[in-house]
Amino acid sequence: MIRLSRRRLITSLGAGAGGLLVAGCDRVGRSPAFQTLLTSAEELTMGAQRLVSSRTALAPEYTEAEMSPVFRTNGNTMPRSPDYRAHLESGFRNWRLIVDGLVARPLSLSLDHIRRLPSRTQITRHDCVEGWSAIGRWTGVSLKLLLGGAGLKPQARYIVFHCADDFDGTPYYESVDLIDALHPQTILAWGMNGAPLAVGHGAPLRVRIERQLGYKHAKFVMRIEAVDSLARIGRGKGGFWEDVAGYEWYAGI
Amino acid sequence: MEAEIASPDDPAADAADAVPAGPVKFYRHRRSTRLWHWLNALTVFVMLMSGLMIFNAHPRLYWGRYGANFDRPWLEIGSDAQSGFLRLGAVRIPTTGVLGRWRDAEGNVKNYAFPGWATIPSEYSLAEARRWHLAFAWLLVLPGLFYWLWSFANRHVQRDLAPTRSELAPRHIWADIKDHARLRHPTGDAARRYNVLQKLAYVGVLFVLLPAMVLTGLAMSPGMNAAWPWLLDLFGGRQSARSLHFIAATLILAFIAVHLIQVVLAGPINEVRSMITGWYRLPREKES
Repeated sequence: MIRLSRRRLITSLGAGAGGLLVAGCDRVGRSPAFQTLLTSAEELTMGAQRLVSSRTALAPEYTEAEMSPVFRTNGNTMPRSPDYRAHLESGFRNWRLIVDGLVARPLSLSLDHIRRLPSRTQITRHDCVEGWSAIGRWTGVSLKLLLGGAGLKPQARYIVFHCADDFDGTPYYESVDLIDALHPQTILAWGMNGAPLAVGHGAPLRVRIERQLGYKHAKFVMRIEAVDSLARIGRGKGGFWEDVAGYEWYAGI
Repeated sequence: MEAEIASPDDPAADAADAVPAGPVKFYRHRRSTRLWHWLNALTVFVMLMSGLMIFNAHPRLYWGRYGANFDRPWLEIGSDAQSGFLRLGAVRIPTTGVLGRWRDAEGNVKNYAFPGWATIPSEYSLAEARRWHLAFAWLLVLPGLFYWLWSFANRHVQRDLAPTRSELAPRHIWADIKDHARLRHPTGDAARRYNVLQKLAYVGVLFVLLPAMVLTGLAMSPGMNAAWPWLLDLFGGRQSARSLHFIAATLILAFIAVHLIQVVLAGPINEVRSMITGWYRLPREKES
């Protein structure tokens, strides 16, 4: 004999109704037309945010007293590439940052050289797409300065960050448009919380895109490429997580 | 025969008293209210369920500007080897089977905070949940703003929703609480107006909870933090805004639960029909 308590009955009815709704949503969610609809909302969000903020509107900066006691790491914390390991062991002495693509004068810069360039220090909040936030102090060179030195060609529309780390053999990369690339807080950080950038946080260089979520802040940056289209890079969606998991390219929300 | 009384602003409405016995119908919900209601019935559920999936990505809530795994959460949904739990401050409530540790439809044990039947999508995907959430947010905000303005313009807010001074008297509110506790619903002419608890609930959702949802949501956006830094000051930091977003969502869920219970108690067919057609049948005055 089946004995169904009232509480159990209500729970299972609730679960049943919820399940039905979810099953429907799952099916709708996978249809290409619906995906297109959701993607157009992403463009609407980006357009609206750009409309209400000036190009140089700054992300909030904090005081030392407001910094996270511990700034957790995430994503890859130690690239597997033998090249990277060799550079790490030699203290990045022979390592060079490459700036190329649609630029007039491709650059190849040593870490020492980059550290001697004018730097900016900012205490900002890092927001992971998962929901957590950590506040830390970042020191680095303005990306605008580097791109100015290389001379962007007029066709350049996006800046791509190629990284040393990978997930299952797929290299990490990220990209931003020129509005965020030339933003005053967009820096290639070589220092964090008063020390050289640690490997777990992306040594030797991590880009800070302060008005977007954490996955845009590519770690282990090896090469910066100016391009006119993202279609030929990776799987064409502008970043590793965008390609493999469908995260938004515009991560301002 | 049924007597039809036109919209409340129609002078014919005054003739209601003259109508002889028989069900009296009156035009209770304007088209804007009905449209917005049914749109929201869909949107709010998508927002709640996709929101629960987003929460699953980091099932901990903090107060202040920052908050991550090494910081102390005020709320956490988690699991250990055998059980799921909800931790509120120092209190640990076992929730195995529902929160933190549960079985999916195939019977596999899952260790996410909210179970698959409550989330969109049902299988873990932060990216998909964000797409749903951030797209349907537009469906919540734009029609919501329009409804707001429209309801001031057509005096729906002033006439039907704003409690009057006498209704706000503690004695009146207390009497209304007692009526609710005894499940005594207004009949006859009294049923033409919303009672004071009902008004306060609608005003609270319309002017407190929904704006709080939207503003705390925007306060979590790093792009909006640069555009409108006052959002962070308003809520005391991004992680506080995230906590308040969750609390406001919980209150909206509580409103929906009470709302549905009241619809059932007050006569679901009449209530649902009036939200579809606009016409509400007045419950007959009880014989005294």
